[in-house]
Amino acid sequence: MTVQRIVDWIEHRTGLESALRSFLYEEIPASSGWRHVLGSVALFSFLVQAFTGILLAFNYAPTPGDAYNSVRYIMTELTAGKLMRGLHYWGASMMVVVVVLHMVQVFVWGTYKKPREATWMAGCVLLVITLGFGLTGYLLPWDQRAYWGTVVVTQIAGSVPFLGPYFSRLLGSDGEIGVVTFARFFGLHVLILPPLMTAVIGLHVYLVRKHGVMPEPGEVERKKFFPEQAYRDTVAIFIAFIILFVAAVAVRVPLERLADPTDTAYIPRPEWYFLFLFQALKLFEGPLELLGSLVLPNLAIVLLFLVPFLDRSKAVRVSRRFAAMGVVLLAFAGWGALTVTAALTTPKSTEIAVDTTGPETWQELSPEELAGIGYFRAENCASCHPPGKAGVGPDLTKAAIRHNAAWMIEHFKRPQQLVPGSSMPSIQLSNSQLNSLAAFLLKLNPKNSEALQSAPRFAVDGAMVYQRFRCSACHQVNGVGMRVGPVLNGLVSRRDRAWVVENFANPQKTSPSSIMPPYNFSATDLEAITTYLLNLPAPAS
Amino acid sequence: MSTPTVKTDRRGFFLTAIYGLWSAIGAALAIPSAIYLLWPPRAKRKNEWVEAADVGELHTRAPAEIVFRRNRVDGWKVTSEKANAWVVKTSGGQVVAFAPQCTHLGCAYHWDEDRHNFICPCHNSAFSLDGAVLSGPAPRPLDRYEVKLDGKKVIIGPLRGRV
Repeated sequence: MTVQRIVDWIEHRTGLESALRSFLYEEIPASSGWRHVLGSVALFSFLVQAFTGILLAFNYAPTPGDAYNSVRYIMTELTAGKLMRGLHYWGASMMVVVVVLHMVQVFVWGTYKKPREATWMAGCVLLVITLGFGLTGYLLPWDQRAYWGTVVVTQIAGSVPFLGPYFSRLLGSDGEIGVVTFARFFGLHVLILPPLMTAVIGLHVYLVRKHGVMPEPGEVERKKFFPEQAYRDTVAIFIAFIILFVAAVAVRVPLERLADPTDTAYIPRPEWYFLFLFQALKLFEGPLELLGSLVLPNLAIVLLFLVPFLDRSKAVRVSRRFAAMGVVLLAFAGWGALTVTAALTTPKSTEIAVDTTGPETWQELSPEELAGIGYFRAENCASCHPPGKAGVGPDLTKAAIRHNAAWMIEHFKRPQQLVPGSSMPSIQLSNSQLNSLAAFLLKLNPKNSEALQSAPRFAVDGAMVYQRFRCSACHQVNGVGMRVGPVLNGLVSRRDRAWVVENFANPQKTSPSSIMPPYNFSATDLEAITTYLLNLPAPAS
Repeated sequence: MSTPTVKTDRRGFFLTAIYGLWSAIGAALAIPSAIYLLWPPRAKRKNEWVEAADVGELHTRAPAEIVFRRNRVDGWKVTSEKANAWVVKTSGGQVVAFAPQCTHLGCAYHWDEDRHNFICPCHNSAFSLDGAVLSGPAPRPLDRYEVKLDGKKVIIGPLRGRV
């Protein structure tokens, strides 16, 4: 009773109930059926994208570097974060699929004919906006695929005759992709496109209602939308949602390494629904390239817009629309062939096989490399780069196959210069210490990382003392260093601890002909270097 | 009479399916969303132990304010920031480190040499050398950091009870 009174009160003040009623009890042709559900599914896909997008934005920082770390945070630290990103990621693909299927249905049945031309054209705008969402959203995780995919897109925009430079400036990609590009793409993705999409969906739905669902030629019988057609829409939406949910839970959503503009080994590929454009571009060379990158894609969109005006024939039953079916089949065949070719010609993996010939334990490292472990620990590198895992920063066990020592040292000093957007602080070490750190990282690989991390403290400290006092200027360890003095491998079989300690303090006393200067180490340093030297492996035979 | 019944059955089936399926979709979105927003993040990186002071610099029963650097996990960032603590060496040779905020509303308190108390300037809470509340609105004794001694080094860890 009270519920009814509340409903009545609301109806009296707002007319909400009667509005809803007239919406649900709209008259539609009696022949309406399952083929009419795709528009509703497309709308639902958009709502899911808006919903999951807002949730992602609650834990996302839209700047390079932070973007990557926050996406990683969403996926690894937050419960259900992986699911949210999965829904948004696969939801994007689903939306493209559903929108295209919806258009195919309308096209084959020829329901764009007079007076529904504007409905079709608004639909074409929605397709373009949908693709725009895909294009701008692709950059936002700021990983390798995002970065390199966007490089290609902005280059194409910049290659437009006359207007190219202005497009570049508008996209913030004048010169290079960076923080400005990122902000522009983010702004488009979350501030411009969603309200635009909402407005055009409103127009589209308004036009659908205004003209009504197109009846079969000669059909006069009508029925209500609710509940039968509403039931069909619900079932279709439910099936689409199940597929999306399963994909989000079961299929891995890619998040590659942090974008690295200096990586020359990376092979960029666009999202699957743009692959055909990417492949088509290969068919055009030299001055014809603009044809493939700009003229044809834009011509296709213009043609799509003009479909109602190109086909002005009388409406006939779908079973007699052979030309329309032919066009769709041809388009799918072309799209399929290009996409499959692109997929097949993409090299399997961009990761170079990891070198496993490196040392197995700390004993085989040179003192310089071993000291690098010390700096690695002292600088707390592992808090962001846990070896063998991806942390805030990349997994360094794979660093050596991508970068050389010179790159690393430059990067240690000024991290943001080589990796824009990196949140790494610069490392305040001397050049020789940085050399040492780079030398260690070059040795690090997934197989030996465990063994190296467990290198004992005495050895690491000892090696750091060894480096600090430049012992390698006269001595050799593990084949590294000069041979002015004796090779230090196997020292333990020649001398005892007391002798070594004595020798540091007064070399000429223990070996009269020695030219070694005396070293007055602190107690801790003496302990460390002596223990280290006495634990060196025997010389290789 | 049979036709209306069949029609009603059909209509009932449609309504049940519509409400049922939409409820399922709603729940499948709402429940994970609530978890996503409300569940605390997995604390993968615990606060680390940092070397903060040397026992030799501390005088028994004379609190010293020490400043050290520590890494703090802040969402997706690890920030290296300045931190401080009031460190007291007890007569038993133990070292206690107090978090530098008053347990009332988080103001920074200081050591008052004359009164031999920790005094909070905001609402006049007073704490004794062992952190106990002597007066004022503070609801509990001063929070303590975990402390380890490694030889002469004072190593400070996370706040007690928050590991």
